[in-house]
Amino acid sequence: MTAVVHDGSPAQGGAASAAPPEVGRRRPRRRGSLHRRDPITGWLFAAPAIVGLVVFLAIPIALTIWVSFRDWTGLGSPFESESVGLGNYRELITEPGLRRRDFALSLRNTFYYVIIVVPIQTFLAMFLAFLVNQRFLRGRGGFRTLLYFPSVTSSIAITLIWLVLFYPSGIVNKILPVDRINFFDEPNGLIHNLLGVFGVDSAPGWADREVFELSLWQWFSGPSVAFFTIMLLSIWTTSGTMMLIFLGGLQNINREIEEAAAVDGATWWKRFRYVIFPMLKPQVYLAVTLGVIGTWQVFDQVYASNQGGPQKTTLTPAYLVYSQAFDNSQAGLAAATAVILFFVILLFTWVQRRVTGRSDELA
Amino acid sequence: MTATTSPVDITPEMSARRRLRRQRTDDPLAPPAAMRRFIYGALVVASAFYVLPFLLAVITSFKTLPDFAANASSLQWDRELGSPTTEGIDGLSSDRILFRRWTFNSVFVTACVVIGRVLLSALAGYALARIRFPGYKVVFGLILSVMMIPGIVLAIPRFLLLKELGWINTYTGLIVPLVFDAFGIFLMKQFMEQIPMELEEAAAIDGASRWTTFRKVILPIARPAVITLTILSTVGAWNEFLHPLIAANQNDLRTLPVGLAQLRGQFGSSTPWNTIMAASVLMTLPMAIIYFVFQRYFREGMAGAVKG
Repeated sequence: MTAVVHDGSPAQGGAASAAPPEVGRRRPRRRGSLHRRDPITGWLFAAPAIVGLVVFLAIPIALTIWVSFRDWTGLGSPFESESVGLGNYRELITEPGLRRRDFALSLRNTFYYVIIVVPIQTFLAMFLAFLVNQRFLRGRGGFRTLLYFPSVTSSIAITLIWLVLFYPSGIVNKILPVDRINFFDEPNGLIHNLLGVFGVDSAPGWADREVFELSLWQWFSGPSVAFFTIMLLSIWTTSGTMMLIFLGGLQNINREIEEAAAVDGATWWKRFRYVIFPMLKPQVYLAVTLGVIGTWQVFDQVYASNQGGPQKTTLTPAYLVYSQAFDNSQAGLAAATAVILFFVILLFTWVQRRVTGRSDELA
Repeated sequence: MTATTSPVDITPEMSARRRLRRQRTDDPLAPPAAMRRFIYGALVVASAFYVLPFLLAVITSFKTLPDFAANASSLQWDRELGSPTTEGIDGLSSDRILFRRWTFNSVFVTACVVIGRVLLSALAGYALARIRFPGYKVVFGLILSVMMIPGIVLAIPRFLLLKELGWINTYTGLIVPLVFDAFGIFLMKQFMEQIPMELEEAAAIDGASRWTTFRKVILPIARPAVITLTILSTVGAWNEFLHPLIAANQNDLRTLPVGLAQLRGQFGSSTPWNTIMAASVLMTLPMAIIYFVFQRYFREGMAGAVKG
């Protein structure tokens, strides 16, 4: 939620052009007597918030970067720790070993998490918004209320409920027409499982090659069944939240445009596909951006369910940072992991912006 | 809107109900009948998916443990195995599960965070919306950029900061860092910029000071934004997990999410799922009530965020 505004800037332009401009915004700003320079009052009003933001947000960011170059354990004072230069980063990126392996595993797991959860929740959110926005529908408000409800619940409470739903003798196992699956204890990758159906249950020779601590076979495992179960949870809660973004977009679309298409003989489906859907691009952009930023940081659900297991298949970078710093007394290493995670998120949002831009040109 | 676009055969003599139905189905943009049935069907199925987990959680909290072991998936209580029972809820007060204390902590921390956040955000939002002061651009840039920072990046240095201040395992440490929130300032600034300048000018002519203008003119008009921020912050602070996790490790200073998350894994194979579900449901209840009462502010909050 907090990241909405900044990165949504390109989306805003689109949303504003779809809606009539807000009163007072486009109006030439009047330089009245009150809008004068007023340094002391201005700072008096803003100071408490600014000081807090600097102390609890800006300085911590600088500290993270600084600590990432030191061998601080997290126990004593970091000012007594020693500089290790790029040592922490080397352990994560260039030096073979267990730490690099954990980091590689967390990246692999979360990469699958992002590329599966984000598209599904975005499309599901758009689909639900589209359904709920139909005018003929009775009880629109009721449906909307129900679908958004998981968004206001605690991620921890929901995860615990999920553990009961996917319990070995739980309701999901009851409904599925297969042998009982112990969802949260199942480390097998989905792609491995799929290949197993075709009789491929171990690595073919070429896939034994190791790249960045893991064999190719391990890289292409797909998410484990346990992690996939957490993905379903994430999709389930976030779709409702994102639905509101799309509802906002749908309600901004001028009905006359759709009516014009109807007069021209466009069927209901064609109107959605060629008139409404293209106009939702700003919302798609926003939902994907928020989705990418949110999913790369997945933490609460992992903490409350498996804490990285089974076989580290639910290990995520955010959880790795936490366990390095607070369980293993490697705060310096954890800070370096956090910094890299931040850059991974930046990279992904940048790539996504490029992709969205390209599809704009095509359209 | 619909009335003007539907065909004409709506007469004043029609009952209101019939007129409404006619408007709905005569809407030229309505999908064909088969599609309408599909949409109803899809929404009912989707809603069931969204409601069932909560229903099962409520039912499970009243099951005995033998009943849960035998029928974890059942939406009914097995009377022969002793369900329904308050066993699960009774389990909430034991030496490990300090549910009442955690609830107090959550309520207290949430209340303080929300009051502080709304107050500071309104003040700073007003300054950014209406007063030109040196450093304005730097401040606004700072606010935009800290909104992008992942929470986990802040976890380690915040812990360090709390330790240096001696705030670990204190309410101060649980509350203060959460008070400062860039999103709130942004929301307030966006809203206050749209308040007509004339109102303030009138107040100034009447001799009101900046502070009086802010309190007596701006704040009352900004009420919708204040309510929206209050509600979004309440939900956010109540559900916050990472910060209270690192700011306190004493059992009696945990908030509900942290206390609950620690429960699992403490019991080995004899996990009291009925108690855990009871705790999950009870913890969700206050937010559910707030949500159902103040629904429209959630929509407005999201719309405000999207419009930016």
